[in-house]
Amino acid sequence: MSDLGNIIKKELRELMTPATFLPIIIMAIVFGSMGNTIGGIEEELQEPPTIALINSDNGTYSNIAINVFTNTSNITFYSEDYSDKIEAINVLKEKEGHALIIINKNFSENIKNGKNGEFEIYWIMKGAGILDSISSSVVETVISSINTEITKNLISQENATVNTTTALNPTIRNETTFFKEKELNGISPGEIAGVLSQQSTFIPIIMMIIIIMAGQIVISSMALEKENKTLETLLTLPVKRTSIVAGKIIAAAIVGLILAVIYMIGMGSYLMSFQFQSMAGGAATFDLSLSATDLMITGVVVFVSLVAALAFCMLLGTMAKNFKSAQTLTFPVAVLVLIPMFITMFKDFDTLPLALKAVLFGIPFSHPMMAPRALLFNDYLFVLGGIIYVSIFALIMIALVVYVFKTDRIVTGTTSSFWKKIIKK
Amino acid sequence: MASVEVKNLVKNYAEIKAVRGISFDIEKSEIFGLIGPNGAGKTTTLRILSTLLTITNGSVKIMGYDLKEKPDKIREIISYLPEDAGAYKNLTGRDYLKFIANFFDKKNSNELLLEGVKIANLGDRIDDKVESYSKGMKRRLLVGRALMNNPRLAILDEPTSGLDVNNAQEIRKIIKNTTKDGTTILLSSHNMLEVEFLCDRIALINKGLIVEEGRPNNLMKKYNAKNIEEVFTKVVK
Repeated sequence: MSDLGNIIKKELRELMTPATFLPIIIMAIVFGSMGNTIGGIEEELQEPPTIALINSDNGTYSNIAINVFTNTSNITFYSEDYSDKIEAINVLKEKEGHALIIINKNFSENIKNGKNGEFEIYWIMKGAGILDSISSSVVETVISSINTEITKNLISQENATVNTTTALNPTIRNETTFFKEKELNGISPGEIAGVLSQQSTFIPIIMMIIIIMAGQIVISSMALEKENKTLETLLTLPVKRTSIVAGKIIAAAIVGLILAVIYMIGMGSYLMSFQFQSMAGGAATFDLSLSATDLMITGVVVFVSLVAALAFCMLLGTMAKNFKSAQTLTFPVAVLVLIPMFITMFKDFDTLPLALKAVLFGIPFSHPMMAPRALLFNDYLFVLGGIIYVSIFALIMIALVVYVFKTDRIVTGTTSSFWKKIIKK
Repeated sequence: MASVEVKNLVKNYAEIKAVRGISFDIEKSEIFGLIGPNGAGKTTTLRILSTLLTITNGSVKIMGYDLKEKPDKIREIISYLPEDAGAYKNLTGRDYLKFIANFFDKKNSNELLLEGVKIANLGDRIDDKVESYSKGMKRRLLVGRALMNNPRLAILDEPTSGLDVNNAQEIRKIIKNTTKDGTTILLSSHNMLEVEFLCDRIALINKGLIVEEGRPNNLMKKYNAKNIEEVFTKVVK
């Protein structure tokens, strides 16, 4: 073999290890899943929206609107009686529809007189993720088509005196959005998603940074103890191994708590600004801010998740042989943080398929990312369930670390013969 | 009663048999050396006696305490110095000794600390951070740490490994003096001269088995050898 070939062969042997390929394979799977989700969104965009319709007008322009709705939407409920509103909303919720649109009395008359015709819209909002408001935007497109048709009709009439402002924008909307048991008057799902999208983007990113940073500190500290053989000395001192583990976890948790407090100060100030004025009505004020209790609960979620993350990282750290191998071991933590980060950014927990819901709930690091929004909409049961689950996860991790500290693995960093036999089989 | 009693000690790592059934005793205040090439099983044996590794088979008793049953008790009376051990780099030498002393005698930890400072003999540098120490200084600090509590058994893995002649000689003197206070010493070494100078008795270990045991002078006579190195070569042949 030539010198060049010899060197290439050696380099390939050193480079082609599971540690090289595993990160790329997992990232490919994550991006593949994201691609499928985006493909699903395109399909959703092409599907006609499911709506309920109440026509209280029965004039020229309401007929134009009805025609457009009939051609572009799946009308699940139709009535000409305004008092059927409650029934329409119930049918819509049952059939997982998007909006109830009421064409108000005098709709056509107002437009003819140069005023705006009014649509009363009741939105059923399912999630506040970046991708969750797509269904409402499909309805918005239909209403935009109705406006275009009415405008065409207005300007094509012979000898008509047209108010140009009305002709360009013939309709106005009076909107109410139902979202997670809350009734938000004067605001559309797009506007809510717009406000919450900042929260759904920044909170997961901040959590990802904190968990990866704290995790790296713990794994590296364990690896350094091994590399410097300070751990060997520590383990031969007259101190119980449970005390060593507890000491390390408590110290790491204190660091975690400090990180959580820093996080909460920033996030608290950020979320306090969530009280905003309706852009459409200008009259209604929507309280979308967390109370002091909610902030404390969020702090608890962040804290237990950090303890769980640190215990998990310590378990990984026991496998590290040196500082270099510690860098590879931080990868599983990064993956477990990146998955919920991407999912919670784009979709709401409630609008996910069951399998993804299970995955998201199962990853303990998802909970601090999901808790603020759940608390915003009073879903305390979900947050409490999360705290209980993450606490159990943390306790199991701590128990596993204590177990490993009592075995040879803490010194040798090797897999037990039992597991080796299982792997071989 | 011997200070250390090792009987048919076996240690396997999965399918690798690191120690294949060794037996030896060490008397009180004796310096006992485990001599052998790399991978012979020296460090594994020392780690087992230090309570770091579990026993696959056989038994170990230290000062009458069974290693399997009373590891916590054994940790109170032993001291282990790993090969190439380090100390916490962000602590000063004094703070490191204080940290360790607190585990042994909380009431009189200051006395242990002073003893450690005396053994380490680092002068004013004892108050500098460990990260600024040379290899020799670090090793002296660690020897101070290992011997400051006057352990009943000190287990020293290659105590002078990587040190220059002056530092190595100083550490050998410290080790020799320690036995005067009743400490028993078990050490491993590659350095045959060190072994001849330090050890009262030695065991030659090869491929996980003790192949010869005795006083260095007696072994040299038995194998008609000029030094322990020659003894080792002849035994292993």
